[in-house]
Amino acid sequence: MTRISLFLLAIGIVLGSSTAAQAQDDLLSLLGEEEVTDYTTASFKTTRVVNLHSLENTHAGVLDFKINHRFGQLNQGVYDLFGLDNASIRLGLDYGITSRLQIGVGRSTYQKMLDGYLKYRILRQSTGKVNMPVSVTAVAGMYVNTLKWANPDRENYFTSRLSYAWQLLVGRKFNDWITVQLAPTLIHRNLVPVRAEKNDVYALGIGVRQRLTRRVTLNAEYTWVAPDQLNARYRDAVSVGFDIETGGHVFQLHLTNATWMTEPGFITETTGDFLDGGIHFGFNISRVFTIVKPKI
Amino acid sequence: MKKIFFLAVILGMAAPALQAQKYFTRDGKINFVASTPLETIDATSKGATAVIDASSGALEFAVLVKGFIFEKALMQEHFNENYIESEKYPKATFKGRIVESTAVNWAADGTYKVNVQGKLNIHGVEKERTIPAVITVKGGKIMASSSFDVAVADHEIKIPSVVQDKIARIAKVKVDVTLAEMKN
Repeated sequence: MTRISLFLLAIGIVLGSSTAAQAQDDLLSLLGEEEVTDYTTASFKTTRVVNLHSLENTHAGVLDFKINHRFGQLNQGVYDLFGLDNASIRLGLDYGITSRLQIGVGRSTYQKMLDGYLKYRILRQSTGKVNMPVSVTAVAGMYVNTLKWANPDRENYFTSRLSYAWQLLVGRKFNDWITVQLAPTLIHRNLVPVRAEKNDVYALGIGVRQRLTRRVTLNAEYTWVAPDQLNARYRDAVSVGFDIETGGHVFQLHLTNATWMTEPGFITETTGDFLDGGIHFGFNISRVFTIVKPKI
Repeated sequence: MKKIFFLAVILGMAAPALQAQKYFTRDGKINFVASTPLETIDATSKGATAVIDASSGALEFAVLVKGFIFEKALMQEHFNENYIESEKYPKATFKGRIVESTAVNWAADGTYKVNVQGKLNIHGVEKERTIPAVITVKGGKIMASSSFDVAVADHEIKIPSVVQDKIARIAKVKVDVTLAEMKN
């Protein structure tokens, strides 16, 4: 009898010590794996692909000063130094109120336009506790043409100066290298130049980012405008360029057939023929400032 | 007689567990500074996990690198994307043991200067290190703190020439954790 109990004691010790030894091999496993939601970050280097809004938002508490600049068209020839004599700009300020809500204002050369927008992240791509395959962001913008009235003698309404854009950004960062997004868009213009043009214009944008190195990406975007909405002289906007990140700045250098940098501008009023030198060299410079420091 | 069998089995199994008193935390604080005169680089995580086995002096630390909060959000993004590559290497870990573990009386209040020896894994690169630490036992809790340097080159973290004057080559790391007794 005592022999059996000794035997059992021995078994008990072996069993007990073997579990203890296991635990010592991997102490942290004793705590169990705490599942967290891992949000996908840096789908794009900055909040714009080129002209289109990207899936990224300005971080909470961060102010982003954007200088967007387009030279004239390459096919203007040597007299205008291939477009470098001309310039169209938009100066903008973007601010992240929360990690999901961004607001922005801007002033463009085009139509001396003032614009303002709200950008809200509805869904964020993530893995882990919450598994979300795509990011979805909504953008709503309002645009005010502040040019002097072309016909000051007739009765002019302030509302004629206004146009609007509503946009949904749906996209996915497939891996460290490739991000693709779609941007179904509705532009509403209160006043259109001729009756044949629609007040409501439907369009679909697509934006792609291919990472080349740690600090350089290749971006391309195309905005298809559904047929029979605009004058035939208007073309779909196409842009191709590089994002170069240098610490606090992001430089975006690109070629685009669009002169204007706001949604009603580049989507409904692009005239450049990409294949015939109707291309602008342009750049966007983004400089961020931390206004509200994050809580640690 | 049956009672004796069971008692024997239970005693046998429980004996190692009684010795193996363990302490843990899930909200340890880890801070690192890699500042230069040109740029302040200072980040903190308050989500480090740690377990110390008092009986053997074995210990393990881990922290999700995405959990480090920087003052500048863009710097945080670049830290994750370009330097530490948190998608590929989500955790930084330390696994080792207290060299003078027998000198520490875990049951009574007191403060001990010890050395911790083990493997530090950052950016997927493991380095054998011996790091000084201070352990304070107070009211059944264990406070452990340590300061040490990490040379970024040791862990194959590349700093491009454009920003070489902005980032220190050696990061100063501070660990500050309070561990509570683990109840089995």
